[in-house]
Amino acid sequence: MNKPNYTQVGRSVPRIDGPLKVKGEAIYTDDMVLPRMAYGKIKRSPYAHAIIKKIDYSKALELPGVIAVITGEDGPNKWGIVPQTANEVALAVGKVRFWGEGVAAVAAIDEETAEAALDLIEVEYEPLPVLLDPQESMQRANEVRIHEDAPENILHAGEQLFGDPDKAFAECTYVLEKEFHTSYVNHAFLEPHTALASFDTPSGQLQMWSSTQVPHYLHRQLSIVLEMPMNKIRVTLPAIGGAFGGKGEASPADFCAALLSRKIGRPVKVTYERSEVFATNKGRHPCHMKMKIGLDQDGYIQAIDFDNTLDGGAYAGWGIVVMFYTASMIHLPYKVPNARARVRRVYTNKPTCGAMRGLGGVQPRYAMECMLDEMAEMVGISPYELKMKNAVESGYLSVSNLHVPHTEYKKCLQTAVEKSGYLEKHGKLPFGKGIGLAGGYYISGTAYTLYQAYKPHTTVLIRVDTEGGVTVHCAAADIGQGCNTVMAQMAAEELGIRYEDVHVVSGDTETGTFDLGSFASRLTYASGVAIKDAAAQINQKLKEVAAGMVGCRADQLEIKDGRFYSKFEPKKAIEWEKVVDVYTNAVGTLVGIGHFSPPRLKGIDLTRGKRVQGANIGHSPTFGFSCQIWEVDVDLETGKIRVAKVTEAGDCGQAVNPMSVDGQVEGSIMFAMGQALYEEMRLDAEGKMINASLHDYKVPTAMELPEIDTTIVDSYDPTAPFGVKESGEGPVQPTIPAITNAVYDAIGVRFTDLPITPEKVLRALKEKQALNSECSGS
Amino acid sequence: MKQLITLEINNRVYEIPVDPKDLLVDVVRKKVALTGTKKGCGQGDCGACTVLIDGEPVLSCITLAIACQGKKITTIEGLVAEDGKLHPIQQSFVDHGAVQCGFCTPGMILSSKSLLDKNSRPSEEEIKRGIAGNICRCTGYKRIVAAISAAGETISSEGVK
Repeated sequence: MNKPNYTQVGRSVPRIDGPLKVKGEAIYTDDMVLPRMAYGKIKRSPYAHAIIKKIDYSKALELPGVIAVITGEDGPNKWGIVPQTANEVALAVGKVRFWGEGVAAVAAIDEETAEAALDLIEVEYEPLPVLLDPQESMQRANEVRIHEDAPENILHAGEQLFGDPDKAFAECTYVLEKEFHTSYVNHAFLEPHTALASFDTPSGQLQMWSSTQVPHYLHRQLSIVLEMPMNKIRVTLPAIGGAFGGKGEASPADFCAALLSRKIGRPVKVTYERSEVFATNKGRHPCHMKMKIGLDQDGYIQAIDFDNTLDGGAYAGWGIVVMFYTASMIHLPYKVPNARARVRRVYTNKPTCGAMRGLGGVQPRYAMECMLDEMAEMVGISPYELKMKNAVESGYLSVSNLHVPHTEYKKCLQTAVEKSGYLEKHGKLPFGKGIGLAGGYYISGTAYTLYQAYKPHTTVLIRVDTEGGVTVHCAAADIGQGCNTVMAQMAAEELGIRYEDVHVVSGDTETGTFDLGSFASRLTYASGVAIKDAAAQINQKLKEVAAGMVGCRADQLEIKDGRFYSKFEPKKAIEWEKVVDVYTNAVGTLVGIGHFSPPRLKGIDLTRGKRVQGANIGHSPTFGFSCQIWEVDVDLETGKIRVAKVTEAGDCGQAVNPMSVDGQVEGSIMFAMGQALYEEMRLDAEGKMINASLHDYKVPTAMELPEIDTTIVDSYDPTAPFGVKESGEGPVQPTIPAITNAVYDAIGVRFTDLPITPEKVLRALKEKQALNSECSGS
Repeated sequence: MKQLITLEINNRVYEIPVDPKDLLVDVVRKKVALTGTKKGCGQGDCGACTVLIDGEPVLSCITLAIACQGKKITTIEGLVAEDGKLHPIQQSFVDHGAVQCGFCTPGMILSSKSLLDKNSRPSEEEIKRGIAGNICRCTGYKRIVAAISAAGETISSEGVK
C-alpha cells in the first residue's frame, strides 16, 4: 500500500509545550501551592524485613504545627496495578518487607515541621531474617516467608511450551547454552514523585494532582484504597518530569496525600526526596536467565529454551506482567519454531521492581542477541548474516500466536550495517577496539486491560466551534514523550488543518475522555485510531454544510490545507473556518467521538479452548523494530569502556514527528547505555540501599555522549492509523547486547552480567592473559 | 531565628525573611514563587536547581540563601526578554527538540548561558563540559548539545546577551 501524502503527519514540528518549559513556566506538581495546604512526609523503615510491634506517634502530634499522623491502619486496603496480585498498602500494616517502606505519614504546616515530626514517631520493630537473593529466597522459604500467601516466596511461576524443543535440539547442528544476569536499575527520572490531594469535605470530592503516567490506573487504585467511588475522584496531571515506567503505578505519595487530606479536610502535598525515589523503586527486574538456542546446519533457529528467575523485590507491582513479557520476548524478531519458557518471579526484601522502559524485553534481548553473536561465530558467518537469515517478515505469525502485520526489520539491519561499515570492521579492528551489532523489537500497545474489561482502551473527543477552534480531549499522559504534540498533528492531518491550530486537553480524568495511560508504547497507535474515528464524524457533518456552500455533493469534497474543495472541480472551494462558522450558527458546537479497541487476533478462541499461553501477554496491534551498532574503545590499562559511535536504524512505522522520534531514540540509547556500563542499585547485607542518590548511582552525563547516527527507515504499516508503530521503548532493546558484542569484538571476552564495569573488564583481561600464558606454556 | 535579607533576583530586589539554614532553592521557589528552578535531588547531584550567581552556574539546593546577599541571581524566569521573546538559547532548545519532560531544562539552559556568555562559539567538547553537571534522562543530550551550539552562533552573529 502506498503512503498517503501527509502534510501534518511526518512534520518535524517543535513540541507544543516547549516554550512554557524553556521559560520555566510549565507547572509540575511540586510547583503548586493551594490555600490552607499542608505538607506531608513519610516515616520510613530502617529495616528490610521486620514485624512492626508498635507505633507511637503521640509525641509527634504534640509538636506545634503538626496536624495529623496516619499509619497503615488508616488505609489498609490492598492495591496493585495488576488486580489479581494486588498486595501493596499505602503504609505498612503489621510488617515491613523492604528498607525504606513507609510506616507512618505526617501532615504539618510546613515541610520542616513535618520532617521534625517524623523523628518523634516511635516505631518498635522485631527484625526478621532478610532475603536479598532470589535463589536464597526460594531455598529458605520454609523458614522465612515474605508474604503469607506465597509459601515458596514466589509471586507466580509460568511455563510455556510451543512445538517440541527437545526433539528440535536433538536435531540441531549448533547448540549453545549460557547464563546471563542483569542488574538492579532505577529509572532516575528527574522529577521525584509528587502528589497533591485536595479533599472537599462538604461534597466528598477528591481532587488529585499527581506526577503519574497512568491517570486511569491511579484513579482506580485511589478508589480502592480510599473506598470512594471513582466519580468522586478526579485525577489531574500537571507537567510530568519524566517517568520511564517509574510512575506507571500509583505511589504511596498519592495515597498518603489523599488519606491525610481527607482526614484533615485541607490540601496536602507529598513530595519525595531523591532517596525516597530509590527506596520506592519499581525499576527493572534483575533477571537470572539460562538460555539455550539451537540452529540447524544452515544457521536457522530451530529451538529456544529459556529459564528466567526474576528478582521481584518485596511486592507484586507489575511483576507477573514483566515475567510473562520476558517469556514472550523470545519469539521475535526471529522465526523460532519451537520454544519453551520457564519463568518465576520471586519475592526478596528489596525495594520492589516494576515497569521500566522496554519492560520485559531488555533482559531476554541481552541474552538472545549476545548468544546469536556467539553462534554466528560457531557457524562461521557474520552476526549480520545470521540475523538476516532468521529475521521475521511482514505477516509472520509466531508459534506463540504473535502476529506481525508489518516489519522492516531487515531494512533496519541493512541500513545500520551499511552506514556503520560493520562488515568491514567486525573482527578486523586492533585489540581494544570493537564493533557490535544487535537488533530488537517492541510492542505498540497491549491487547488487554490489566483488569477484566472489554471497554475501549482510548477514547478521543474532538470539539469544533467558532470559539475554541479545534480541541482534542483525551486523558492521555504527556510525561515528556510528546504525545500531546503528536495527537495535535494527527488530528490536524485528519481534519485538513494545521497542527498549530489544534488545542489538546489531556492528562485529566474529568476533562479528558478515557485513556489507559502512557505505557507499552501504546499512545500514538491507540490515539491515532480514535482520532481518525472522531475526525471522520466531524468531517462528514462539515462536508454536508460545505457542499451547499460550494455547490457540489458532500461525497465529492476533500479537505486539505484548511479548505474544502471538490475533487473534480478544485476551483469549487471554501475556507474551513467559514464552514465551521456556518455549522456553528446553524447547529452549535460540533463534536466527534472516537474509540480504540485493540484488534482481537483471529485464531485465538478463549471459549473453545484455543488458549494463548502466557495470559495473552505480548500481543500487540503492531511492533516496532530496530538495529544498533556500537563501536567501543576499551582502555586496556584502566578497563574503561569508551563508546566512540552508535549507528541506529529503526522501523517506527510512519514517523508522526521525526524530530521527536529521533529524540526518543537518542534518549533510549543513553538510557540503556547507563544500564550496560554504569548503573546498579547496591544494598548492604541488611538490605539497606547504599547508593540511593544521583551522586552514587551513576547515570550517563553529557560527557558520556558518543557520536550517534540514527535513521528512521522508510516504513508504513498499512494496518495502523497513519501507518504508525512505536519508538519509545523499542530502541532501548538492542543497546546492551550491542555494547556487549562490541566489547567482545574488542577484547575477546563475552560479559554475561551487568553492568560491564572497569573492574570486571580488568579482571577478565587478567584471566584471559593468565589463560593465554598457560596455553602457550603447555 | 528569621532575619530579613535582600536578594537581587532577575534584576529585582526582594526583601525576604529567612532562616540562616534556608537554601536558595527553597527561598526562590517558595518565598519568591519562581518555581522554574527545579529540585531533582536536593543534594547537588543533578543540576536541575542550577541558577546563575554573578553569571556563574551555582547549585541552589546546596547554597545558603543568606550567602547570596549583594550578588546578582539569575533564574530561568530572568531570561525571557521584556517583550516576551525567548532568549536565543531558549528558542534554540525549542527548535532543536532539546526539551522532552522539561525538568532539567531550566538548569540546563542556565548552565548553557554561563558557558555562552564567556564563549559563544564553544567546541562540542566545551559544551559537554559546560553541561556535565546537569543530568538529562530523556533526550540523550545530543539535541541539547546541538541547541547550545546553534544558540551560540545566533548570539555571536546577533550580539545578544
